[in-house]
Formats: sequence, structure tokens, C-alpha cells
Amino acid sequence: MQNLEDLKEQVRKALPELDVVIGWTGGYDPLHATPHFIRRDEDIDKLQVNALCVHNLATYLPSMRGKKVGIIVKGCDSRSVVELLQEKLIDREDVTIFGFGCTGVVDQTKIRRIVGDVGNIDSCEVSGSEVKVSASGTEHKLAMSDVLSEKCATCRYPNAVLSDHFAGAEITSTATFEDGYKDVVEFEEKPEEEKFGFWLKEMDRCIRCYACRNACPMCVCRDHCVAQSRDPHWLSQEAHVRDKWMFQVIHAYHLAGRCTECGECQRACPVDIPILLFKKKMNKEIKEVFDYEAGINPDATPPLMTFKAEEDKITERKW
Amino acid sequence: MPILEGKELRIVGFLCNWCSYGGADTAGVGRFKQPTDLRVIKVPCSGRIDPLFIVKTLLAGADGVLVSGCHPRDCHYTEGNFYARRRLEMLKRFLPIMGIDAKRFEYTWVSASEGQRWQEVVTKFTEQIHELGAAPKIVGAEAEETLKLMEAAL
Ligand code: SF4
Ligand code: SF4
Ligand code: SF4
Repeated sequence: MQNLEDLKEQVRKALPELDVVIGWTGGYDPLHATPHFIRRDEDIDKLQVNALCVHNLATYLPSMRGKKVGIIVKGCDSRSVVELLQEKLIDREDVTIFGFGCTGVVDQTKIRRIVGDVGNIDSCEVSGSEVKVSASGTEHKLAMSDVLSEKCATCRYPNAVLSDHFAGAEITSTATFEDGYKDVVEFEEKPEEEKFGFWLKEMDRCIRCYACRNACPMCVCRDHCVAQSRDPHWLSQEAHVRDKWMFQVIHAYHLAGRCTECGECQRACPVDIPILLFKKKMNKEIKEVFDYEAGINPDATPPLMTFKAEEDKITERKW
Repeated sequence: MPILEGKELRIVGFLCNWCSYGGADTAGVGRFKQPTDLRVIKVPCSGRIDPLFIVKTLLAGADGVLVSGCHPRDCHYTEGNFYARRRLEMLKRFLPIMGIDAKRFEYTWVSASEGQRWQEVVTKFTEQIHELGAAPKIVGAEAEETLKLMEAAL
């Protein structure tokens, strides 16, 4: 990030008024960043903002309610903060938002597929156009366009949609809504049996770790998630593909009109199941029917939490 | 073996207590001829129907699901069906990504006095499901295999 020093300065000025500022720093190896909780001045020096900062830090906010929290956000992360505000799960006066123009983050799965063994990373250098990784003594030069996260390739909100401080210049995006949903349209054109078969195979790999849920900033039920409840008993304790698949539809439906498409669910999945497809499909329909996108306007009501007596775009079946 | 085995498909209906269940009752009292594939589950209001009930029903192997509530502006609880309409419309649009034909699910409105209309809805929906045939079933899943192994071990 070009304006890292400006951002650090903004954080330094605001910190005395805040309990903590959440950002990123170097992780367990040079290829990974990790969330970073800044409480003291010296923590600010460790702040890292680059294409490795994949985590959506908004996930921490609901559990820190009541504290004065600063949060550094990419464009997509800022939409989660706005959605949390929309649903009154956090309080505006307690959150200080640090925005910047985001140029995208990497997809670690893509890197892993190219590099192979990523267990032993010696070094990693990230520039705007390239990721240079040295793993087990071998040097790999990866073009950023080959390892960029899908969501970043079609990002329409690279700048925080809401912020109290903004470091550097805004970035312009030319992507359209349609650009982001080509994969959904393509997948949907397949015959029903093929799609059904695809999900049976994919969902059978699910290990029910619920990392997808825990990483989701909008999954705020925590200990009350229906996935673990026995009353109501939505899911059995069996390792049955039917239950695994059912949970993914539960997640998509509980997020209907709330999901900001940050992609954390799919990123967190240890077995790379393409579960984001379900959420994107739902978002595409929400946009079509209600002309609505989650996490843009802090005062908007999510469409499934309200109604119109005469709906504009729902044509009911005449029997 | 039931006489209809092989001829009937599994269709599940979620009907609201105040209008559609009454409508179905009216059709029954009037002795209107109806197909027999439908199994009815009565709920207090169409607003009580979580779209996930329908997903669960379909994943459990139902061939079709029909939802019916009071006409808009006629809800016993004033606005339950308005919320339901949004949720159910979203579900209908969502099903294709799962590889489930959207025609396997319909939602509609039938009032307690519309016995005739109920007959028509059930007949048409049942025909629609028969045209699609039986839905793909989830078989050969891990759990069933495990159960078999456990049985063999005992
Ligand atoms: S999946 Fe649904 S119930 Fe579970 S935490 Fe997320 S929103 Fe809550
Ligand atoms: S469902 Fe996935 S993409 Fe949507 S908000 Fe949650 S983590 Fe982000
Ligand atoms: S993260 Fe992946 S494996 Fe874990 S529960 Fe979610 S879909 Fe299943």
C-alpha cells in the first residue's frame, strides 16, 4: 500500500480515544498476514496493509460491542461494517472506520495450486503486479492477475463506502454488476441433473467444521446457530451429504439480502467448496427483484425484513 | 402394497390455517374430485413458513412442494403473507442453482371459500409434478454406508 505511512499517522492520532484498532500484520510465514490488534503506539509499527491482508476484520465487531473500536477496512470489508450498522448490531459512535483505496487481495488457494508445497515459505514480496514467493528454496514469480481473488477482479467498491479517515487517493472501478455474476449465469445454464450431481459431490467433501460460518461477519448467532441446535433439530449429527448441503442452503438463506459478498465463507473453507456461488445467486436475485445491495446505505432496511403491499417485480403465478 | 404405489408422487403442501386449509376443507366438503398425491401440513400463517422447510422437504426426497396462504391484504395476521411472498419468491429463483427445477415448487393464495379454486390448484400442480416425474433422490451417501457397516459389525 502506497500510503501506509499516512494510515499509520491517522491511527496514531486516533488511538488515544480508542480501546483498540484492528488491522493486519505479518502472519506465521511471509506468505500470510494475520489480524492485528493495536493497543499501544509500538503496535502501529507492525501494521501491514497489502494484497496478503485477506481477512474481513468486520467479523470481530459484533463481539466487541460496547468498546471503542477502530477498524481498517478494504472496500468490501466496509460493506460488512455498513450492514452491521443497518442491522443495529454495532453502534456508529463506537466504531471508527479507516478506509483506503484497495487494489485487491490474493487467493491463497490459487497460489497453492501454482506453487505446490507452501509448507516452507522462505520469503514473499508483493508488488502491484507481481507476487514473488520463494518456497523450499525455489523462487516463483506469480503475476498478480493469476492469483488475484475472484471478487477483486470484478470489484465495484474498492474504496470504503463509509469511513471516518481515508488514506491516499480513491481508486476508480469500471466493473459493472453483471461482470461479477458471469460465473453464476454460466453455472446455471447447465442441465439440472448436472448441477444436482455437482453439489452432491462437492457437499460430500464438507467436514462440517463450520469455518464458513465462523468467518462470516453477518453470522452473529454464535452459540445459537441452528446448525448445533437440537430444538429445533434442523440438522442431524450424521455425516450425511443431505445435512451438509442443507447447512449451506441455511447459510445462504439466513444471509439473503444481508450478504455483502466478502467471500470469507469460501476463503475459510479448508476443502475449497465453492459455496460462494449460493450466496452470489441469492444476491443476484435480490438485486433483480428489489434493486438492492447489502451494506451500501447504513439507513436502508434489508429487503426480506420489510415488504410492499404491491410488489414491483413479483409476478405471481395465475392458476 | 398401497394401490397407488408407483402412480402417486410425493407432494407436500404447506397451508395456512385460516384461508387455504379452510379452502381445502371446503373442497373436501363439496366432494370435489382431486388427485391424492398431496400431503398437507397445516401452519398458522404463510408467514410461519420458513423457505428452508421447503428446501429440507425437497432434499429429503419430495417430488414437489406447494405453499398456499391467504390472498394478499387478507392475512389473518394482516401482513404475514406479505413477508412470505418475498421469501418464497426468492426461494423459487434460488432452486435452479441447486439443480432443482423451479417448477417443483409453487406458492399461491386460496381463501377459505374458494373450494373450486383449491381443486384447480391441486390438480394443476399435481399434473405439473407428474410431467416432471420423480425428483432425483440423494442416495449412496456416506451415512447410509456407515450404518450398513455398523449393522454388519454387530
Ligand atoms: S448460519 Fe444462520 S443460524 Fe447459523 S450463525 Fe449464520 S445466520 Fe446464524
Ligand atoms: S455469506 Fe460469505 S460472502 Fe456473504 S457476508 Fe458471509 S462470509 Fe461474506
Ligand atoms: S468451511 Fe467448508 S468444510 Fe467447513 S463446514 Fe463450511 S463448507 Fe463445510
